[in-house]
Formats: sequence, C-alpha cells, structure tokens
Amino acid sequence: MSGGYNFAYLDEQTKRMIRRALLKAVAIPGYQVPFGSREMPLPYGWGTGGIQVTASIIGAADTLKVIDQGADDTTNAVSIRRFFARTTGVRTTERTIDATIIQTRHRIPETKLGDDQIIVFQVPIPEPLRWLEPRETETRRMHAYADYAVMHVRLYEDVARYGHIATAYDYPVVVNGRYLMRPSPIPKFDNPKLDFSPALMLFGAGREKRIYAVPPYTSVKSLDFEDHPFRIETWTTRCALCGSGDSFLDEVITDDRGGRMFVCSDTDYCAGRRNTEAAAE
Amino acid sequence: MSAPDADLVEPAGRPLDAPLLSVRGLTKRYSSRIACRDVTFDLWPGEVMAVVGESGAGKTTLLNCVSGQIEPSAGEILFTRRDGSTADLYRIPEPERRRLMRTDWGIIHQNPRDGLRFNVSTGGNVGERLMAIGARNYASIRGEAIQWLDRLEVDTGRVDDLPATLSGGMQQRVQIARNLITHPRLVFMDEPTGGLDVSVQARLLDLLRSLVTELHLAAVIVTHDLAVARLLADRLMVMRGGDVVELGLTDQVLDDPQEPYTQLLVSSVLQI
Repeated sequence: MSGGYNFAYLDEQTKRMIRRALLKAVAIPGYQVPFGSREMPLPYGWGTGGIQVTASIIGAADTLKVIDQGADDTTNAVSIRRFFARTTGVRTTERTIDATIIQTRHRIPETKLGDDQIIVFQVPIPEPLRWLEPRETETRRMHAYADYAVMHVRLYEDVARYGHIATAYDYPVVVNGRYLMRPSPIPKFDNPKLDFSPALMLFGAGREKRIYAVPPYTSVKSLDFEDHPFRIETWTTRCALCGSGDSFLDEVITDDRGGRMFVCSDTDYCAGRRNTEAAAE
Repeated sequence: MSAPDADLVEPAGRPLDAPLLSVRGLTKRYSSRIACRDVTFDLWPGEVMAVVGESGAGKTTLLNCVSGQIEPSAGEILFTRRDGSTADLYRIPEPERRRLMRTDWGIIHQNPRDGLRFNVSTGGNVGERLMAIGARNYASIRGEAIQWLDRLEVDTGRVDDLPATLSGGMQQRVQIARNLITHPRLVFMDEPTGGLDVSVQARLLDLLRSLVTELHLAAVIVTHDLAVARLLADRLMVMRGGDVVELGLTDQVLDDPQEPYTQLLVSSVLQI
C-alpha cells in the first residue's frame, strides 16, 4: 500500500456521501440516486462510477476481483485491480468464488454468486429512456409515474424491423415490478442472473453522477411481448478451450484466412473447468 | 350562445345530461400579456366546435390550456369521465391527467412532427397508446394499427415505413390514427389541414367529417380557415386579441354575423 493517499483513494467524507446514496439506492430498487461524483485518476468511460462505488464499500478484509468483458487480464481490469491493491492493500483474486467484491465491466460471472458477495457495475448511461426521450425533466416524470410505454415502442420497432427483439445488450429490465432500469451494457445473456440474485448488485455511473442498485433476492424482469418472449443468446458451438455449452462465448479471429474460434468470455470460469478436467485425468 | 337543449339524446339513446367538457372563466397570461381572457363554453358529447380568428387571437393558447398542455392562469376546466364523475383538469393528479390525455382524448397537432415520433415506424406510432395502456401482444398491437391505418386510408403496406417517408397528408392521417386507436371521446385539433394542398385537404376533411359522425367524437378544432369550420363544426367560436367575440351555431354565425369583427372576417374570405 502506497503512502500519501487515504485508504481506497477517496477521502472519508466522500465515501460517506456515496454510501448514503448507496443506502438510498438499495432502499428503492432500480431508482437512480444522484451523487456528487468525483474526479478520479482515470478517464470517464473507464469505470469512474464503479471505482467510486468500490472505493466507498471496500474494507481491509475484502478480496477484490475486477473483470472487463468477463476477462481478468485486460487493460481495464488489470489497472483497476492494481489501483485498489496499491491504495488499500486488500487481497485481489481472479477466482470468482474467493472474491467478496467483484467490480465488472459488462459481464456477470458464470459462476453463481453467493449472498456474501457484492458485484459493482460500471455504467456509461444510466437512464434507460435516454435515447427515446432526451429531456431529463421528462424522463424523471416518466419514472415517477411508471410511464414506460416508449420502451415497448422501441421493442416493437425491433420486431417490426428485424422480426425479433434485436436488442442484445443493455436490455431493459423492470426491477421489483416498479422502476425501469438499464442493467449496464451486459449481454442479455446475463439478464436472468439479475433476477433473485443472492448477491447485492450496485451500479455506478461516474460521468452521469448516478448510483442505483438491485438488492439481493429482488425480482428483475426483462421487458418483452407475449408473442415475442425474452430469449437469451444461443450458440451452435461450444467453447473451444473448455467445451462449455452453457456460457457466454466470444468469437476470436485467429488468422486472416477466416479462421475463428469461440471461447468463454469468462476467463476464470473457463480456466476453472480446464483445471478440473486436468485434475480428473 | 346556444348550448343544445338538455332533452336532446345521443344516438345510443342516453340523455345528454352533462356536457363532456366545461370551461369556466379560463384566462391565460404570459406575464403582463393576456393570451386569452375569461373564456367560457360547454362542449357536449358528439359536438364539434371550431375556434376561428386571426393569428395571435389566442386560439392555440386556448386549445393548449383546454387540452391539458399548458396550465391556465385562472379558471377551471371540468371533464366528465366515462363513469360520469367530473374531473377538474388541473386539480386531478398529473398521472391521471396524463392517462386521460392518452386514452379518452386525442391531440392532433398542426405539424405532424409534434405529434409523431419520426424515428419510429408508422405502426409503432399508431400502436404506442395501446402499449401505454398495457397491451403486450405484438401481433394484436400491429393488427390494430393496420386496421386504423386502413380506416384512415393510409396504404397498409406502409406500416413499417418511417413517417418521414410519407407525404404530408399521410403523416397527418397517421397522426389521427395514432390518436383514435384508444377510442377517445374528445379530440383537439390544431389546424389539422394546415400546410396541405387543397385536394388533399378536401379528402382529409371529408374523412374527418365521417369519422366524427361514426365514432360520435366531440372535437375542438382550431383553424383560421372558415371553410374548414363550415364543413366540420356544429358551433363556432370567434376570437380576437384573446377575447371571445362571438359564439353560436356555425351556420348562424357565418351567414348572419352579428359582431363587426365577425362580419369583417366573413367578408374577407375570397370567393372563387
């Protein structure tokens, strides 16, 4: 742990302010709570919201895991993990089951989370109605009155144009039967994992200065039509490395002659499966 | 001043015991400027009232106040709900006002860009109100949208096209379909035929006239075109500088205008 900074970089007053916003967010599932977002030593869009949430909840006894698109070893994940290792000295891990706090950019781990874990999402645009209604005054009213018809108009447009609901990520959900929420740009594959999750889910948007949350065991329903129900992505192939048939697969281009393979996006899950296989042999 | 006699009956046979819309002493000020002053009128179920007057007479302000879009400075607007109870438009909670506005009312703007979502297909535009009141079956929403487009004489093959690709007259008809899909009882129209050429205007007016009769719609139509008023309206309100100059049966007002301003207005119409 390097000197000169307070524990977890932010000063204690800021952390308190963020915790108050978090408490309110947990008390009103899916509601966007404004908070005084601080300048962080990384650019907007790199996870300033998530990093502030993590900084205000992390304690010396915590174990932190950071993922970026499911992977532990990409730039964003590595730099945020190192940031907290240096400013707090907490243990970090790449194993989902060992972590108490998981900060994530756009995935939920394949391994089922437990009720002793907290997952923190980095959110670019928190307002689900933003591209449909540009006025903040109006979107606030729409939330207040649960007036969410335009969202269905968007899904209607998808079906009219593509024959199915083509929204594949950031798929709109209704939390606790009340607030419309943007689950951050996770693939819709992960939407079912939000529903009645035992883990607390916190969402931080640094540039937009909003925090929202899904408390444990809260209903999270993806919007759909009766005759076009919500469906998650499926693949015709399995993970080329671990053979998993039920995880989210990334397409990896392997050469410039059309070679490609599909591998698990969750690197820890994939490695875990391969290790178990190796141990069994 | 002629409210229809109380013993008139609706086609369904129910007595007309209450006006659908009752406006009392409505005044709207923009700081010291008065846009409309002390307007009082009743609108009965199935009745069409036109508001005419020159630009700046306060017609559109009146329409916006009465249709729940701008809060008036004084006066009250009473609306009779479907269950017979009365709602004071600006005293009921905003959610209820918004719900009323998109179920029991239609608002048709002069410019289709104000009344349609231009980044959403025609079908989505027409079906929006159904989704707003809880329809969640794609096929039936689309089916009903197509039905209404057909009724408004819009080529049903255009259901997935964006409104920008339609002609002005079609856009206006899509806007009307979008409003009528929830079977409103009251429709507000601001210059529904403004900006359309004469032949398109004539067909739209014809269509509006038959719809108003078939659906037993009450309507408030703001226009500066006396011919539109003559064709569609049962009653006519003449406004000037924010004041109501004359209010009466359309034919009466147009054929035998009493007020000097109305006489001027009627005599200004070009005869071909």
